[in-house]
Amino acid sequence: MRATARVYWRLLRAGIRRQSAYRLAAFGGVAANATFGLLKVEVLFATVRAAGGELAGYDVGRMSTYIWLSQALLGSVNLTGRTDIAERIKDGRVAVDFLRPLDVQAAEITTEVGRALFALIPRGIPMLVIGLFVGMAQPGSVAAYPLGAVSLLLAIVISVATAYLVGVAGFWLVETHGVQVFYLVVSGFLAGLFVPIRLFPRWLWVAAQATPFPSMLAYPIDILAGRVGLAGALTLLAAQLAWLAGVGGLGQALTRAGRRHLEVQGG
Amino acid sequence: MAEGVTVRARLRPYRVVLAARASSQTVYRANFVLDLISSLLAAVVELAEVWVLFHAVTRLGGLEFHQILLVFGLADLAFSLADLAFGHCDNLPTYLRAGTLDVFYLRPQPLLLQLVTSDISLRRLARAAVGLAALGAGLAVNDVAWDVGGVALLVVALVSGCATFAAMFVLAGGLQFFLVDGAEMTSAFVYGGRYAATQPASVWSRPLQVVFGFFFPMAFTGFLPTLRLLDLPAPAWLPTWLGWCGPLAALWAWALALLCWHWGVRHYRGGGG
Repeated sequence: MRATARVYWRLLRAGIRRQSAYRLAAFGGVAANATFGLLKVEVLFATVRAAGGELAGYDVGRMSTYIWLSQALLGSVNLTGRTDIAERIKDGRVAVDFLRPLDVQAAEITTEVGRALFALIPRGIPMLVIGLFVGMAQPGSVAAYPLGAVSLLLAIVISVATAYLVGVAGFWLVETHGVQVFYLVVSGFLAGLFVPIRLFPRWLWVAAQATPFPSMLAYPIDILAGRVGLAGALTLLAAQLAWLAGVGGLGQALTRAGRRHLEVQGG
Repeated sequence: MAEGVTVRARLRPYRVVLAARASSQTVYRANFVLDLISSLLAAVVELAEVWVLFHAVTRLGGLEFHQILLVFGLADLAFSLADLAFGHCDNLPTYLRAGTLDVFYLRPQPLLLQLVTSDISLRRLARAAVGLAALGAGLAVNDVAWDVGGVALLVVALVSGCATFAAMFVLAGGLQFFLVDGAEMTSAFVYGGRYAATQPASVWSRPLQVVFGFFFPMAFTGFLPTLRLLDLPAPAWLPTWLGWCGPLAALWAWALALLCWHWGVRHYRGGGG
């Protein structure tokens, strides 16, 4: 048991180290995310003001928190659907992964979570600094911080576990670019990346919540921006746990089925 | 006659390569269909993002949804067409890192032309269809003056918008020679520019007016022609006659792009392979 934990700890650290190698890439990401953030500020602030100063529980301060936290999380939450496992399934290297005395899904998720956690430093902190300059609202109670932190971690793991599903679809499809782009397109919108999902018309808001995407971005931010109270925060956390169990379980099942279906091409 | 033959003979290699690229994309059939649907959906979602905001508040930056529909249609169609031809300039960092760009230097064709014809993404046509539909709907629901001036403005806006977005891709490509690993930086003005182009520019603050109004001339691709076409009141910093200045914006963007591209090509020292 302890030996297993140590292996996963090492994988997590390897993920962190790997991400820390790409410094210029992180700088590029910061420049792009800051530009998008500033554009979102103008249009969303104008929207809140046009609604008379408050819209669906967001005033300008909370909207600012929403924008800059979502930009800060972009480097860590997987909203692109791109995974290493997809490449490894396509070229057959995954056969080697199956030979290792490790669970393929758990190992992949752990490494990716390590990368995501490191990305919070070079890509997340600069966005928060800009946000502090623009001015961000803080949550009403202190309890929102630890709850928000847990929710944030869950958001990262859920996103990685869901993107993993896209990768393992490759056991049947081989080329998963189409599914990946589908994920990319749908995830950002339904997670509330450009427009918070509370601003959606009711039917669309309900539809969004029938997907795991709001758990990856909207929920932790609503907790940290203080848009929901303590009871609301606990409900959102419960929803996240349920989604994690769902996508995690499905990933495990697909990995097992895929292993039997796997056909390594070439020699 | 003889000249016609030589031009056709010279274009033949490009035509053959493009045809091969196009047919290669349909090999994984299920994936190709999904690709098409995803591209279609991508454009629909971008329109939905605009719609949701205008659904929450009816008026934003002096425009209503039916008016922003025209802005979106013009800008998005122009972007999609530019993306179809120049979009894979985005792949340049991959070639640079793998050292495969050296191969391009060995062929007797201009580098940029080779890169442009190195791929054609059929799925991007699906995207253009949404832009076209939005433009058609925008023209139908608004009270557009269908005189010579109106039609000319529409054509000028679309052609120069397309050229402006294409210049953004080339500019990004030129910068990749220096950035290599920092490739994401250029999406700030390529994809950030597309996002900015579909917004009502009247809500921007001064820094954004400078950056996306003029330096990367995004307001010229959709917003300004729409103001002019529908005879809407313009913000003080954007007089409506600017609606006709799309070609100037495109020229400026291309000057910037070609300068950067030439710097980049000269800077390149090979992958060491």
